[in-house]
Amino acid sequence: MPTNETPPTPRDARGPAAGGLPMDLPPPRPSPQPRDSAPWTPGTPPPGGPDRARSGAEDVAVRRVVGAAGAGGGVPGGVGALLVLADGRFPAGGHAHSGGAEAAVAAGRIRDAVSLEAFCRGRLHTAGLTAAGLAAAAAAGLDPLALDDAADARTPSPVLRATARRLGRQLMRAARAAWPSPELDALAAARPRGAHQPVVLGLTARAAALGPPDAAYAAGYEAVSGPATAAVRLLSLDPFDATAVLARLAPELDQVVARAADAARRALDEGAGALPAASAPLLDIAAEQHATWSVRLFAS
Amino acid sequence: MHLDHADTYPPRHTYGASGPHRPDGTRRALRIGLGGPVGSGKTATVAALCRALREQFSLAVVTNDIYTREDAEFLLRNAVLPPERITAVETGACPHTAIRDDISANLEAVEELEETVGPLDLILVESGGDNLTATFSKGLVDAQVFVIDVAGGDDIPRKGGPGVTTADLLVVNKTDLAPYVGSDLARMARDAEAQRGELPVAFTSLVAEDGVRPIADWVHARLAAWTAAPA
Repeated sequence: MPTNETPPTPRDARGPAAGGLPMDLPPPRPSPQPRDSAPWTPGTPPPGGPDRARSGAEDVAVRRVVGAAGAGGGVPGGVGALLVLADGRFPAGGHAHSGGAEAAVAAGRIRDAVSLEAFCRGRLHTAGLTAAGLAAAAAAGLDPLALDDAADARTPSPVLRATARRLGRQLMRAARAAWPSPELDALAAARPRGAHQPVVLGLTARAAALGPPDAAYAAGYEAVSGPATAAVRLLSLDPFDATAVLARLAPELDQVVARAADAARRALDEGAGALPAASAPLLDIAAEQHATWSVRLFAS
Repeated sequence: MHLDHADTYPPRHTYGASGPHRPDGTRRALRIGLGGPVGSGKTATVAALCRALREQFSLAVVTNDIYTREDAEFLLRNAVLPPERITAVETGACPHTAIRDDISANLEAVEELEETVGPLDLILVESGGDNLTATFSKGLVDAQVFVIDVAGGDDIPRKGGPGVTTADLLVVNKTDLAPYVGSDLARMARDAEAQRGELPVAFTSLVAEDGVRPIADWVHARLAAWTAAPA
């Protein structure tokens, strides 16, 4: 997986996508050569990442505890843990949210598999990239409270802020059951009303001894799998078509993860400001409108 | 957590609902789930239970509407409880998921009610109208009631399914309609017994005076058992 190069901004994400209009897609930053040139691979802890943000001894302690809790001979932080975390059946409340798909369906912006793909592509490169960056940074060991503030700054819609915090709290519940960790406990105590979901997701990946790219994969995949599942329910869309959409987007997910993980690495030195801040104004506006509907199938 | 501590985690670290205590060690509210097909009378049962029990116990209700807030609004409109004691959970077109496979939103709701309106004796969790396979997770509720009605067909008890077979109380509502829809109550009772063995069945007509009494009595007994259990 190429992680050291910043992929070019996909042109189609700049066009009038059926879903969110990516207005604020930042140009690729000139990427300084990371100190560690070894690429991250999924299922491995970040090379040296957490040690810069915390004491190495504490990090080892966390991982040992996690390893002991996950006994059974498996490798902590292997791809197996990522599959558990990214499973659509992971009980963290996502099933009740459409990721903006319900509003887009009502507005006629999602009608079929083709328009679903355009919507998901737009969401992946905007809200998905931003969430993936936050998750990767949390997994890399950046201060989750600073990341929570950064998530607020990247979420202009009050409705989506509330949704992100509610989902963050629901994920926290599942995460603490699955991968008990002092870091999760600390964040839960500091944000009793819930931290932003991508931050909790990244910290959960960390508790599962996963690396920043893994966290970015979970966040980025969720950004498209949620709307795809919702479209199946809302439009009676052929589920095979919807799954094929996700498969076609997989290479772009890889690109988004590479950008997010690269940004997280830079954020360790430069702070949360180095993280992606791509937004989709139409998603924000539609979310605000959707919250006022009296009849709806999804919470967001 | 410290390295020297045992590496097995106490149950409270799972943050499920199965623990019967609040963080301060006191016994939390009993949680009873009410499920069943659309139109069988779940919301009417909840409303009647609230009226029958609210003087004696501290109550709250969580509704799981499928696509509206109608159930919550029905309860509010009928003023069965003050508004702060009624919470609606949205289920994303999957009411059974919200009460069985991913109970996180409902757990949030019940815990928030306990936090905001003070110590509660009983929380009723009403599922969205669903099919005969919908059951509540043991991680969410302590006991569940499955509500069917005679007008839905008197063969439902015979057909069984997890709701009819395993619910702690099966309610057969709208007995007053039996003569008009050709439902055989005796047959329903026989079939229910065959499916459920010793588990109780209540035949009710909620439109009748004090029609909820059999269900309210059952809830009373559950509450007594819950309170009497070792703390």
